[in-house]
Amino acid sequence: MTNYLLRRLAQVVPIALGIMTLVFSLAHIIPGDPAVQLAGENAQPEDIARVRTQLGLDDPLHEQYFHYLGSLARFDLGTSFRSGEPVSAQIATRYPATIILAIAGMFVALSVALPLGIVAAVFRNSWIDNVARFFALIGVSMPSFWLGPLLIIAFAIHLEWLPVSGRGEGLKSIVLPALTLGLPLAAILTRMIRVSLADELGNLYFTAAMSKGLSRRAAILRHALRNALIPVITIVGLQIGSLLTGAIITEQIFSWPGLGRLLIQSIGARDYPQMQASVLLIALTYILVNLLTDVVYAVVDPRIELE
Amino acid sequence: MRKLHTFGFLAGALLTLLLFACAIAAPFIAPHDPSAQDSSRRLEGPSPDHLFGLDDLGRDVLSRIVWGARVSLRVGLSVVLVSSLAGVALGALAGYFGGAVETAVMRVCDTLLAFPGILLAIALVAMLGPNLDNVIIALSIIGWVGYARLTRGQVLKVRQMDYVVAARALGSRSGRVIARHVLPNVINPVIVMATLGLAGAILAEASLSFLGLGVQPPTPSWGAMLTAGRRYIGQADHLAIFPGLAIMLAVMGLNFLGDGLIDALDPKYRRETKE
Repeated sequence: MTNYLLRRLAQVVPIALGIMTLVFSLAHIIPGDPAVQLAGENAQPEDIARVRTQLGLDDPLHEQYFHYLGSLARFDLGTSFRSGEPVSAQIATRYPATIILAIAGMFVALSVALPLGIVAAVFRNSWIDNVARFFALIGVSMPSFWLGPLLIIAFAIHLEWLPVSGRGEGLKSIVLPALTLGLPLAAILTRMIRVSLADELGNLYFTAAMSKGLSRRAAILRHALRNALIPVITIVGLQIGSLLTGAIITEQIFSWPGLGRLLIQSIGARDYPQMQASVLLIALTYILVNLLTDVVYAVVDPRIELE
Repeated sequence: MRKLHTFGFLAGALLTLLLFACAIAAPFIAPHDPSAQDSSRRLEGPSPDHLFGLDDLGRDVLSRIVWGARVSLRVGLSVVLVSSLAGVALGALAGYFGGAVETAVMRVCDTLLAFPGILLAIALVAMLGPNLDNVIIALSIIGWVGYARLTRGQVLKVRQMDYVVAARALGSRSGRVIARHVLPNVINPVIVMATLGLAGAILAEASLSFLGLGVQPPTPSWGAMLTAGRRYIGQADHLAIFPGLAIMLAVMGLNFLGDGLIDALDPKYRRETKE
């Protein structure tokens, strides 16, 4: 197990380095000179030159690159071109908001998908199974940037139950963003759980458990469900990654002050350091979550060959 | 060609047909000029002469949606074409020749896959500048990976088959073996992947345009229309409802069609790529 963990960790390092390099090069090929933007509309050439020197944009590219990697190693994410504040301070306030949103989205997804998927599998071809299938179908094709506005129209504008956007009203403000982020995932998971559990219910061990006198309910909960959930764990893990990227759009819809919104704002402002840091952090979190999923998967299912 | 006549497949084919018809015959189908403005009727809701209402500049929403199909399909088809050609070529080379070629191609695939797709697309478009061509470039850079992996897998299997070994033994050159014996085996799963990929590309274009990184106004794009409409929620809900509906129906239709094609063309596909 320790060996496996170390090896998986070792695989993450080159990928992380690759991503840092990619992020660095991306931000430096963007057309448009940030110094020109930063110096203001009426800036003289001298002003622009001064800003360029201040930002280190005049150094050779490879020096900028090693300087960038060196700073990352010290957890120094640079200074925002726009606000002049350290990017790490910005990130520190935005990152938790995104994580909270992702967790809330996953909560929505699981609390819809688990019961719906299980009931649909147990009562196959019943009306509830049809409801589950229809929900899965719609959910998979519905873009979140449409679902969000529809929810706003229904629950914020017409019913006036929930706020339109922002994070000002505590728990109430996270409901619509979490639904927008979580429902499409719930659709995928419902389908997964339904298929996976239905497969297990056809297995001999399930029949055996029932024939030794276990009630159908107990046999499902104690035997079939446990096995059925193993593949679901992988999907859940992989989807946490997609929740992070889905959050970029959801945060934009609801003006949720997270990392995704910061990313889009910094692209508009050509704020390189802030943009680099947001992309980097989203990507690194994504990789780490995938790593964690693999590990959890290996722990949960002893049949999985770690070598 | 079994199971072709299921409800899902027919619905998918019909929706896809509608999408193509709108794109091809937009000037004849659209009831109004998509850029004609009637400032006296700004934000007006649906009515008999403007079925989907008018937008913030007094333009006919239905006509803009019909013309928007062109943008969606142009991006979608270009991305699918570029990424499938590049992916199949690279995957075939990697699978057939192995060695350094294979290592190089697959390494690049792994790195691209480790990076969340939409994040990479956002970063690329931000870098290249937001316009239609750059959206196509960015989505193709992400898109070819799936085709390459699929093709390589198929080629690895086919390469060992007796008829390929025989063709080589008879002196066929590599290019001929790949074209005549290997690629025909790959074509069905690639068609399925392309259909589903078309849905993915349309959705991705809409996402990028929604974030302001895609097609720029005044070109009618569904994602951009939705973004613009969002500002008038509560005042003119139809501006956010109809473009989103168009995106969903297009994506749903292509997904149905793709699923139907899986059963018809390649029953093995589901098992191999969805495990």
